[in-house]
Amino acid sequence: MMALLQGMDVWLGQGLILGFIVANVALGITGFSILFERKFAGRMQSRPGPTEVGPLGLLQPIADVVKLMSKEDIIPRSADKALFNLAPPLTVLAAVATLAVVPFAPGVIVADLHIGILFALSISSLVVFPIWMAGWASNNKYALLGGMRQVAQGISYEIPLLLSAVVPIILADSFRVGDIVEKQLDGNWFAFWPIGPGALAFALFFLSSLAESNRIPFDIPEAESELVAGVTTEYTGMKFGLFYLAEYLHTLVISAIAAALFFGGWDGPGDNDGLLWMMLKTLALFASIFWIRWSYMRYRSDQLMAICWKFFLPLGLLLVMASATWVHLS
Amino acid sequence: MGHEHADAVDETQMVTVGGVAVPLTLTQTPWPDPHLDIEAYDPDADMMALNMGPQHPSTHGVLRVKLYLDGEVCVKAVPYLGYLHRGVEKLCEKLGYAQVTPIVDKNDYVSPMMNELAINMAIEKLIEAEVPRRAQYIRTICAEIQRVGSHLLWLGTFGLDMGGAIGGGGSIFMHTFREREMILDLFEELTGCRFHYNTHTPGGNRHDIPAGWNTKVQQVLGHIGQRLTEYEDFVRDNPVFRARTVGVGIVDPVLAMDLGISGPILRASGVDHDLRRDAPYMAYDEIDVQVPVQTAGDCMARYLVRVAEMRESIRIATHLLDGVPEGPICSLKPVKLPGAVKAKSGSAYCSIESPRGELGTYIVANTERRSHAQPYRCKIRPPSMHALQLLPYMCPGNNISDIIVALGSLDPIMGEVDR
Repeated sequence: MMALLQGMDVWLGQGLILGFIVANVALGITGFSILFERKFAGRMQSRPGPTEVGPLGLLQPIADVVKLMSKEDIIPRSADKALFNLAPPLTVLAAVATLAVVPFAPGVIVADLHIGILFALSISSLVVFPIWMAGWASNNKYALLGGMRQVAQGISYEIPLLLSAVVPIILADSFRVGDIVEKQLDGNWFAFWPIGPGALAFALFFLSSLAESNRIPFDIPEAESELVAGVTTEYTGMKFGLFYLAEYLHTLVISAIAAALFFGGWDGPGDNDGLLWMMLKTLALFASIFWIRWSYMRYRSDQLMAICWKFFLPLGLLLVMASATWVHLS
Repeated sequence: MGHEHADAVDETQMVTVGGVAVPLTLTQTPWPDPHLDIEAYDPDADMMALNMGPQHPSTHGVLRVKLYLDGEVCVKAVPYLGYLHRGVEKLCEKLGYAQVTPIVDKNDYVSPMMNELAINMAIEKLIEAEVPRRAQYIRTICAEIQRVGSHLLWLGTFGLDMGGAIGGGGSIFMHTFREREMILDLFEELTGCRFHYNTHTPGGNRHDIPAGWNTKVQQVLGHIGQRLTEYEDFVRDNPVFRARTVGVGIVDPVLAMDLGISGPILRASGVDHDLRRDAPYMAYDEIDVQVPVQTAGDCMARYLVRVAEMRESIRIATHLLDGVPEGPICSLKPVKLPGAVKAKSGSAYCSIESPRGELGTYIVANTERRSHAQPYRCKIRPPSMHALQLLPYMCPGNNISDIIVALGSLDPIMGEVDR
């Protein structure tokens, strides 16, 4: 009994402390990722980006948050108050919870669940609910249309996302994220080996996660040129900020999971494994999402659905079959 | 002529309607009923009336379109104009002929040179004033540079409509605005103003070409010509751009002519019509204007026509720059008093090819009922207002995304629509 309690203690302690650190570091990184994106976009558009707040504009995220905090909080009179207020924190919650299974370094996983990947994907797909809540509760037509689009898109792209994640699961013979990374150590990254299914599965996972986290060219629920600001139309101040935070956090988490699943996570050249490599890979994927974002335009919702059901879904099924065959043969 | 489309239909087959050759394929699509009775429409449909505008990021100012949506698909669209009405025509009647130029500058605020040119040509026709050849050249060169600037702005905002401010659309917007800035700098050097130039005056121009301006124009236009190639890589060859524009917002040339539409929209629908070539004014008789025509009639065709027009404008402007004759720039004495330009009773209509189409000005002078120095009636015919008449025909059957793209491809400027 004592041993069990002690075991729980260690487990709880590790989970809580690590969870606290990871969540806070991730939120901090997210804040600065917005600065990074603005600088990056500025360079793409031949302008310097933010430069005024702090040296090289480094304190811009802090200024942004202070600004958002000091804004007037407007709740439309006809809005459903409870749901309207509940939606923004829930979106962040869904994104933060996914962090639990991200492997940062050997042993540095908040909770190395034996169904890690399934947990990450199912929790991140929960974000559909708060967004639909926001769209419905705002009592605004643009928000409603944005929410409808988000539900349709989120549910559709869940399937190719899961199918592409099944490929590394089959190759590693485990749902545990730690196991999947260990299997790829010494450069056996699934994105390159086996040739074919791995790389295609990565492409599928990456594109589907763009759609899942509302990134251009699939940012149809937000579509600020059509729906003003989509679900966030009626939100002000930090509530709006929370939606943004959740969106960036989601992108960051998805990049981290993609790095773990397809690029060997903490595996570095030679014996230099560790946190640094994981961060590098994550940020490289993160940056490429911005690169895509600032060079493409937006698909139409029916085109998006067509891509999902006519192209991504069959491709995902094929990849699962191919990887299963490969594992069976070798 | 014609760009590669996926379908195998021969797009170049022409048919003659009312003496004008138009592409056969475009005239065969039936139009939706713009006056659809919403009350009588399917009562089981989940209808939603959505007021898009006058405060909306993509209605190009203060256009308001009332959309009746079935799900997300539009069944009826009603545009409402007038949110930017400033009474410009009435103001022109109150001011003298010599004073209207800076007022009409604000009409089509994307190409102010064109407004000045249109109204001053009408006044000159009315008072029978000659424009010196040098002034004609300057006016033509300014008009062509202005056309490039106007189309650059259109390209940027079209990107915004399609990709949003935060995304690839924002990138193309920033780049086109960078180049447009160079054009504004050219005009600033010529006239002293970046935007509302007030450089045309009845009888000629106010500002002569400053020393070294010719070289700068050549450099800037050459630079923009190179940039246009970059934009084509960025925009035209972009699969998402193609997916959003090809086959979207098809305009029937016969309907378009019935609605009085002109300019790039009509040329993108296969009607070979351009006032610069068909009714030359100013120095256009000096040059053989090549009119780009596309036969697909969709948003992609309008994009291609506008980009080709930019190249053609660069060619015309650089060609004319070499041959600017010496001489005076204004045939009348410099205007010192508002009443200096006087007209006899009569009327005059003049139209020019603005970046958006036929920009006409009709001026009536009646010395019995008004002074010699004021027009009795001044009517401005803006091409954008006619283009907006297409909306009730284009929107039904499309979802909001396509409506925004179709609206953007019409290039409406609310300043001249509402006047």
